[in-house]
Amino acid sequence: MQMTRDTNKAKKTRKPRDFHRITPGWNLIFNLIAGIFALACVFPFVFVVIISLTDESVLASEGYRLIPSQWSLEAYRYIFESGDTLLRAYGVTILVTLIGTAISLIMIALYAYAVSRKSFRYRRFFSIFAILTMLFNGGMIPTYMIVAQLLGLKNSIWALILPLAMNAFYVMILRTFYSTSVPDALIESGKIDGAGEFRIFFKIIVPLSLPGLATIGLFSTLGYWNDWFNALLYIDNPNLVPLQSMLMRIESSMQFIQQNSSNANISMAAMQSLPQDTARMAMVVLATLPIIFAYPFFQRYFVQGLTLGAVKE
Amino acid sequence: MRNFFKNINRNKALLFMVLPGTIWFFFFSYLPLAGTVVAFKEYRFSRDGFWASIFRSEWVGWDNFKFLFSTDDAFTITRNTLLYNLAFIILGLVFSVLLAIILSELVNRRLSKLYQTGMFLPYFLSWVIVGYFVFSFLSMDRGLLNQILGWFGVNPIQWYSEAQYWPYILIIVNLWKTIGYSSVVYLAAILGIDKSLYEAAMIDGASKWQQIRRITIPMLAPIMTIMTLLAVGKIFYADFGLFYQVPRDSGTLYSVTNVIDTYVYRGLMTTGEIGMSAAAGLYQSIVGFVLVIISNYVVRRVDKDSALF
Repeated sequence: MQMTRDTNKAKKTRKPRDFHRITPGWNLIFNLIAGIFALACVFPFVFVVIISLTDESVLASEGYRLIPSQWSLEAYRYIFESGDTLLRAYGVTILVTLIGTAISLIMIALYAYAVSRKSFRYRRFFSIFAILTMLFNGGMIPTYMIVAQLLGLKNSIWALILPLAMNAFYVMILRTFYSTSVPDALIESGKIDGAGEFRIFFKIIVPLSLPGLATIGLFSTLGYWNDWFNALLYIDNPNLVPLQSMLMRIESSMQFIQQNSSNANISMAAMQSLPQDTARMAMVVLATLPIIFAYPFFQRYFVQGLTLGAVKE
Repeated sequence: MRNFFKNINRNKALLFMVLPGTIWFFFFSYLPLAGTVVAFKEYRFSRDGFWASIFRSEWVGWDNFKFLFSTDDAFTITRNTLLYNLAFIILGLVFSVLLAIILSELVNRRLSKLYQTGMFLPYFLSWVIVGYFVFSFLSMDRGLLNQILGWFGVNPIQWYSEAQYWPYILIIVNLWKTIGYSSVVYLAAILGIDKSLYEAAMIDGASKWQQIRRITIPMLAPIMTIMTLLAVGKIFYADFGLFYQVPRDSGTLYSVTNVIDTYVYRGLMTTGEIGMSAAAGLYQSIVGFVLVIISNYVVRRVDKDSALF
């Protein structure tokens, strides 16, 4: 009884139109647009996972299918059994990412802190020194000559680390972050208590600016993990090839064989020594998996990073 | 002089902090500027190292530039770089703002967050990985796209050797990778709009559409302007990965996939025309520099706080 009366009442007093929200119809359309685009962004990865789980023998006849007629874990078994190269590439990438992120975070954090200090006499000079580097670019060839010839870093792990170590843009973001999140008075009180600049930095500044440092650290981690360009320029030694670059090399050697072999037998033999389609896709999956698992957790910091530089002093 | 040393001494801790970064900037940003001089030389590699290579190469003046601009390549790479970037800027702006508005209006916040997480994914992947993704669609004999076309009786297309499709493919792939990220930037801006503006509009009886048109979009205009101008400043620089990895360095596609960056790379690593590609690199640096300065000047006039310097 109670219920029917209530519904009647609701019918009688016409609900005022809700200006806060879009109508249900539009809400549905908006959901569809956003949902389809989001799906399109994730779909290729899912598709590659499916290909990597397909049985190699059915690939030739039916191509890459969403639902293959035969599933198989063979590709992954192949990789883990003959996976020396992949394991090594993983190792190089992890090493470069760890060392690189640590170095770049320290360099950027210290530089940004110094130029954020109002009492630093050469603050203006070093700010401009950094900002100028965002405006011009010597270009690929002079940079290559300096890294390869002058610094002699060709086929050295440092060629993968140093070129990405510093970034004027991150310096500026972090400088802004320090000056908005660390009150000057705190630094002054540290000085009065007799703490040196480094002590102030590590004991006061670092704990207070952890979110900013985390953001820059993640940008940097991602940069190292995804880097293939420096390996393309500077690394020939197969033992120093990082993950992304290894995927690229498999790719181009496949094409090389396909395009340059007149003798079918040789090309067949050469092709067989390379990982099959499914195994290559499995490597793509294994190279992407760490990011896929980690990124929902650090997504927040990236969004934060976008707005971090927004407030200028 | 004594004062100078006194100041150095007084600031020594902070100077020590900027030291590693300063050394880095010197080697990786400033010294390459001096290296651009090879654009005016007939470059010969010398075993005695960097300085010997530069000094012993013969000075040829503007010859490298004359050669470069007498080829069709100069026009092709300039056109490709500019037109692709223009398409990326315009379409990227339109789609990411639309998407940001859509995300901000969704009734269910949870779903909105879920969509955002999905859209953000491509931004985190390298171009190598994206290249593989694209291959799974465009492979001639196994790709998904040719299978789908097959259902409609269309013959398989050799995607990697037919240039006519690539402008569309590259634009779609680039938008796919970047829109999610940039729409989240705009979404953050929308969420930062003062709610009382909408309250006032509602009291005056403005519909949701009117609110979007009269409040959301005008409030976004400054950030849209700034993001666009900053992108225009970089219009002479192409995303190397997109143009190198996604078309799989396929030679038949160069007419529509060769941009300044890939041209310079090929000159350095494959064709060995170092002088000419250094000339192309310097051409890019100088025009790029001018554009950054101009766009930053304009940004400064629009909103002083958003300018780079």
